[in-house]
Formats: sequence, C-alpha cells, structure tokens
Amino acid sequence: MVLVFIDQQDGHIKKSSFEAASYAAKIAEITGTTAEGILLGTVNDEVATLGNYGLTKVHTLAEANLNNFDAQVYTKIIAAAAETADVVVFSNNTTGKAIAPRLSVRLKAGLIAGAAALPDLSNGFTVKKTVFSGKAFANITVNTAKKIITLNPNSFNVITTGGTAEVVALNMTPDAPKVQVVSTDLVKGEVPLGEADIVVSGGRGLKGPENWGMITDLAHLLGAATACSRPVADINWRPHHEHVGQTGLAIAPNLYIAVGISGAIQHLAGVNRSKTIVVINKDPEAPFFKAADYGIVGDAFEVMPKIIAAVKALKAS
Amino acid sequence: MKILVCISRTPDTTAKITFSDNNTKFETAGVQWIINPYDEWYALVRAIELKEADPTTILHLINVGGAESEPIIRKALALGGDEAIRVNTETSDSFNIASQIAAVAKEGGYDLIFTGKETIDYNGSSIGGMVAEMLDLPYISHAIKFDLDGANAVVVREIDGGEETDKASLPLVVSCQKGMAEQRIPNMKGIMGARTKSLKVVEAVAAEDYTSIASFDLPPAKSGVKLVSAENPEELVRLLHEEAKVF
Repeated sequence: MVLVFIDQQDGHIKKSSFEAASYAAKIAEITGTTAEGILLGTVNDEVATLGNYGLTKVHTLAEANLNNFDAQVYTKIIAAAAETADVVVFSNNTTGKAIAPRLSVRLKAGLIAGAAALPDLSNGFTVKKTVFSGKAFANITVNTAKKIITLNPNSFNVITTGGTAEVVALNMTPDAPKVQVVSTDLVKGEVPLGEADIVVSGGRGLKGPENWGMITDLAHLLGAATACSRPVADINWRPHHEHVGQTGLAIAPNLYIAVGISGAIQHLAGVNRSKTIVVINKDPEAPFFKAADYGIVGDAFEVMPKIIAAVKALKAS
Repeated sequence: MKILVCISRTPDTTAKITFSDNNTKFETAGVQWIINPYDEWYALVRAIELKEADPTTILHLINVGGAESEPIIRKALALGGDEAIRVNTETSDSFNIASQIAAVAKEGGYDLIFTGKETIDYNGSSIGGMVAEMLDLPYISHAIKFDLDGANAVVVREIDGGEETDKASLPLVVSCQKGMAEQRIPNMKGIMGARTKSLKVVEAVAAEDYTSIASFDLPPAKSGVKLVSAENPEELVRLLHEEAKVF
C-alpha cells in the first residue's frame, strides 16, 4: 500500500495534497497496489472526494486538538497507519518537511526529500530529486524496505479519476502536544507562493516599494502569487517570505515573470525549474535572458502598463 | 543553558555545479567551501545572541565530516561558541548524519539543538527532525524568530501562506531560517580566539546509510530566449496565451 499524508490548513485540504495524492496513486499503479490517504484534524471539505485523485481509502482522525500541529504527535499516528505501507508520500512543504524526517527514523525508512519525478524501479528504487537548490538533480537509491518521499510542489500533474474514497476513522487517542500553537497569521486572499501556477516577481530594477503596484496588479489579473529577489527582501521593500532563490524559497510554477531582476546565479537556482520564464529587463546583458523563454529588453515602467492593459483586454474578451 | 548548533560544509552559493566520473561525483575542483548559510547566519548567530544575553550559556558546535571541514569549523568558532566537535566520517545520507549528531547530543545533555532549515547542497531539511525523533524531543521547523520565556521557548515559524507562533518547553530541536538573526562577520579578536578553542574529533558510531546517490543530472539547457520588442509588449501577452498557453 502507498500512504499519502493529506495536509490541511484552516479547515481545508491543501491543493498540494491533490498533487501528492495523484503521485501516490501513480506509484501504487506501477507497483501493483492501492493508494490510501491519512488526514488528521477537522476539515469542512468532503473527505471522500479524495477518491477523485486515485485514493481508495482515507484514514481520518477528526480530533480538534490535531488542528494544533505538533510534528511529534502527528508522526506517531502516521507511523501506526503506515504499518502496512511500502511507500509514504508527503508534499515537500513546511508540514511535510517537519514530519517526514521523524517518520523516517520511526519506520526505519529511507527518505527522499524533494522528489521531482516518479520512482524508477528498473534497478532498485531510485528517485530523482532536486539538489544544489535547483541547479542540479540527484538520483537517490533507497536501501530500506520502506520508503518515504516528499514531493516538490508543481512537479507532478494532478490526475482526476472521478472515484470516491472510503473514509475510515482511526481508533487512536493522540498524545498531548509538547508544542502549543499560540496563534497563526495567514495572509488572506493571496495565492501561497509554493503552490502558485503563476508567479510575478520584482527586483531592484523597480527602484522602490512604492512601484510594486505593477507587480501586484498583474498578479491579481493572472491569479498569481508575488515574489521578489533577495536584495529586495533584504532592504525590506517586500516581506522575506516572498524571497525566491538559493537562500529563499525554490519554486517551480508554470509561468515565472521576472521584472527588473538581473538573474544572479543564486536567484536562478530558486526559479529555474519554472516551465516558462519571462524576463523584462532594460539591460540586454542581464544574465537572466540566457535562462528565459521569452523576454523584453525594455524599461519596466513603460512596458508593464501595456502588458497589464493587454492581459486585462484578454481576460475581458 | 546548553546549546548545540549543527554546522554543515557546503559549496559557495556562486559555485559552478558540475559532475565527474560519469556523473556520479560532484566535481570539487575550484569550489570554495563555506558554512551552510542557514546554519551560519541564522542558527549560529541566534545561539551566539542567546549566549550574549546569558553568559553562563554553554555553546557547542558540531560538524559531521572529514578533516577538510576544519577551516569552516574554525570560522564558526571565530563568530562565537565555546568549543566544537567534529564527528570524523563522510556520508551524504541524512539518517547516518543525524545518528552521529544524536549520539553526541545524548552525551551532552543539551537544552537546545539548532540546525539550519536545510543545506544548500542536498536540500534535505531532514537533520533536525531526525535528531528530534532519535532523542524523543519536540521539533519546530522553519523558525523565523526564537525567544526564551523562562523554561519555555516562544518560536515563530513559517507555515504555508503565513506564520505561526508556537510555545514549547525545553529541551527542543529547532531548524532556523531568515529572520532569526542577522549575518555577522568574524572580527580579529574572534579569529585569534578561535585558534585556541577546543576542536574535538570523535569517531563515528555505527549507523546505516538509508539512501545512496546513484548519479546526478544537470537540468536541460533552455533552447534560447524569444525576444519581443519593447514597442509591442502586447505581442508577449499574445505569445504567452497562444503559444506557451500559460494563461
């Protein structure tokens, strides 16, 4: 059996979990077994609809105190549910990164952190993962009987099957958490950067935080997340969680639009897995053009209003 | 208060990444080595600040690696810390590395263990969580702020789409990232002092490699940029819509 951790936040199943479920279902298909989910805490969503992503069964423990996330408490419950699992899948997000290493120790299962593709079973169990912050891939062979994989967001296509999952309540009492969540502060109404299909990003070329309207306007029109380069976060023009690059977040959206970013090697490392890269920069020598699919050599202050108007017209048509 | 900070040696952020031996080995020729930035800028500097606030704090550094790690360990000691421990083994497997750190930590009886949120070479984000499980301790990952409130830690961590404030009792394992502290440059007094600080080399405990590297690949090269005139940015929107089909 392949077990996938279904991550929830604020009463809703995270979008990245649909991708992880599809990935788990595909591994189950190629290894001739079934895929099941595990969902901890309470959600408003219909859990059985996870069958649409290929899961035959979802184990739930709908205890409100599990909405208080403690990786240690979660690990113990998931380990019990994973007793008959050959592979356990997580999204490679902040929750997955907190639980998967603990589970690896508990289950004596080798961990692939940040998988970029399905396992290759032709010679053992080998998975391609990103290394050197996106500058390369490593093919890692897992030597243990059980395997744990955390899947990079936006690296596997969601597959819908129209199926319905059987929902089974786990008969367990969670341990008292040692980590108490005092408060959460979610940025409402914005697309989380790690999960976004489209990202619009700005650099020092925008000259100051007061000019970010062109970035956020285009992002809103496209349903995109906003990001920035490291210098911009360092001088506090933008919040540091928007920083993408080698020492920030590594992302892989379908479309990455970089405005006024020169494309230093550290920045490229965090974005070069994007499927389509668009660069707008007035310096024709900017290294970013070498990594781009489309580009405009021009002044962002003149080009961006025209792009925004054209997208607006397109969306209205 | 006794703190252990885990320090890894990684290629510099500007290092050119290439592979040798039929793409099975990372090519180290010409590579500059640094302390993993998350370990140095955030985990180590925040630990040093805690020691500055309470000088009775004992601050130890640990590195799992060969003798070639010693220059970066000395650099870390030049920033701060009382002594360093190097576990003399070379492995790329997280479980093995975590087993070495857990063995030392068990002996040392630390109240706090800090790691960086990940290393910039293997990007595993695994060591903190593994060490916590081996020692049966709570673990808070992706910390952007850390303060002590009596016997408790108050930690702000990054979560998807926002932040969360947690409270936990010690001992505790924390992985650190941007926000925890500001990067420091070692001063002359620190560099001179680091020469005489203790750097203890211990042999590795027996531990399995749960994983091994079969080979590396470089990402496929881009076929070349399609440039659109700045006079006609509308053409870019048309290409993205009709050719790339991204919106």
